[in-house]
Amino acid sequence: MSRRIELAFARAAKAKRAAFIPYITAGDPNPTATLGLCRALERAGADLIELGVPFSDPIADGPTNQRAAERALAAGTTLSGVLQIVRELRYTSELPVVLFTYFNPVHAYGLARFAVDAAAAGVDGVLFTDVPVEEARGPYEAFRRVGIDLVLLVAPTSTRPRVKATKKLAGGFVYFVSRTGVTGARERVEEGLEAQVRAVRKLTGRRVAVGFGISTPEQVNRVAGFADGVVVGSAIVGRIAEIGDRVNLVGEIEAFARSLAMATRRR
Amino acid sequence: MKPLPDDRGYFGPYGGRFVPETLMAPLEELERAWQSARRDRTFRRELDTLLATYCGRPTPLSFAARLSDNLGGARVFLKREDLCHTGAHKINNAVGQCLLARRMGKVRVIAETGAGQHGVATATAAALFGLRCRVYMGTEDERRQALNVYRMKLLGAEVVGVDAGTKTLKDAINEALRDWVTNVATTHYVLGSVLGPHPYPAMVRDFQSVIGAEALLQVRRQHGSLPRLVVACVGGGSNAAGIFGAFVPYKQVELVGVEAGGRGTGLGDHAARFSGGAPGVLHGTRTYVLQDQNGQVAGTHSVSAGLDYPAVGPEHALWHDNRRVGYVRVSDDEALDAFHLLAELEGIVPALETAHALAFVTHVARRYAKGDGILVNLSGRGDKDVNEVARLEGVRL
Ligand SMILES: Cc1ncc(COP(=O)(O)O)c(C=O)c1O
Repeated sequence: MSRRIELAFARAAKAKRAAFIPYITAGDPNPTATLGLCRALERAGADLIELGVPFSDPIADGPTNQRAAERALAAGTTLSGVLQIVRELRYTSELPVVLFTYFNPVHAYGLARFAVDAAAAGVDGVLFTDVPVEEARGPYEAFRRVGIDLVLLVAPTSTRPRVKATKKLAGGFVYFVSRTGVTGARERVEEGLEAQVRAVRKLTGRRVAVGFGISTPEQVNRVAGFADGVVVGSAIVGRIAEIGDRVNLVGEIEAFARSLAMATRRR
Repeated sequence: MKPLPDDRGYFGPYGGRFVPETLMAPLEELERAWQSARRDRTFRRELDTLLATYCGRPTPLSFAARLSDNLGGARVFLKREDLCHTGAHKINNAVGQCLLARRMGKVRVIAETGAGQHGVATATAAALFGLRCRVYMGTEDERRQALNVYRMKLLGAEVVGVDAGTKTLKDAINEALRDWVTNVATTHYVLGSVLGPHPYPAMVRDFQSVIGAEALLQVRRQHGSLPRLVVACVGGGSNAAGIFGAFVPYKQVELVGVEAGGRGTGLGDHAARFSGGAPGVLHGTRTYVLQDQNGQVAGTHSVSAGLDYPAVGPEHALWHDNRRVGYVRVSDDEALDAFHLLAELEGIVPALETAHALAFVTHVARRYAKGDGILVNLSGRGDKDVNEVARLEGVRL
């Protein structure tokens, strides 16, 4: 299990808050901006960061993240470029990094070679949007050898046997998709989420981070009441899109992320 | 040998289920429903009755006398899927899946479409069963297949244009998958080819296998023996899988799938997955994919919207690797020539997709002996393409 991920959750739990996990698309608005954004998110209080690897056909993403991937690809972002960003981040930071990726870029890179290079760059975990447990054996073996956590998704539609099956392969935490659908900011947090999160924690024996649709400090605070980690993606990505490649980008994102990070404290 | 796919949906190294977790339980449910339906006599009988009394099956096998003479070689037979209700083989699968959707208690169906034929077929079956229907279609395809867009609307379907990426079939499938992830409780996704996550490649093949089953009997009766060669165009690969299936066990029958060679051999200029692609994962299945060295899916080009797609059904990938089927490419221009040739010699205007298969036959027929049979799957009719062909040739209508 990744030590940095483990420490991050433990530290947050000790401070009586949920881990704050911001998501951004690597390379959006361009590859050089991403490093600065990661550092800003860390200063704002991120416990762990999810870095999206842009893909041409992101079937699990709503419009906000689709546009981000288009911008990142247009700016020349590649999987090796994303590993380079993580390598540079590691010169100065111990912030755990989970890559959030579709399978094909990794498949094209070569799974075994990717595992070795990602570990060397300082990647702590990898989450595939389109690799369910049945197909996860190969990645699990490749990552286990190099100490990278495989982060598995659990959805509201997952049956009990499916949730249980994640237990064998899941790394330090599982990611609970708070809503059947694609990524994107939402007005409301689903009813019944708390009970689902408790059930998943019990069945998998893992910490549970919750994401998909959480976009305001109020929503973060509600979910932090029962989840071990809260992921905010499209809301941040949407702000990055609004501001664009301008000097105040890093400052604005840091301020917004701080308001989200502060909301992870349990009342 | 055990039948393929295996229970994880693999055809050798190809296939599987690469989808978001949210779709896994629904895919398991779909597989169970389909397995139970195909063993259920009542379901089979109802489907067979609809195929006969609504879709117009069996479709005839036509001997193309003037074409055969003109090509100066083998005897060419056409399996007339263009005579199916709605004008292409797509209805076989759409009626099957909509019947299954009703059995599963779904009230809404969605579909992607490229040429518009699968969209029209799904809209038709949805009207027949009283299901709500939404069809996703790339905006480039909406332009070049405008007739079919209006047909879908006449049939009561909602057509949603997809303006992302290459604005073609690939992007329509992305959007249909996003819809399905969001509305999976009420909705069945009627995938239109032997693509996508298990069980789709196997299920769509089974619904299309009626083509080959009929053709095998017909060609034996009308030609007196097995054909030497069977040819079909390959977009996702459903009409090809449908006709090849019956002939695969007969090793003496040569099988050829024809891909879109587009306007050149550069990445982005064609949709020939087997000459320009590499194994990868797209839309839930591991197969040959046209992609760059970073694993980003490449754009494609073809004059034919139904072949304009960067991946191919996983069973075709296996057939390619074990050499049971040969895959060749035919250019836009060659397809257009064949489009005219069939119209003038046989009085049949074929779909531009189908014209690719015919173009290949015009190239090779001479190599066969006079008595040899060549069977072509005439997957659809070309009414939908008349406007676009006129435009390409500078004819004002
Ligand atoms: C007439 C016709 N033939 C062939 C195709 C290609 O699909 P497939 O390869 O699944 O048969 C299409 C698709 O739209 C079509 O309309």
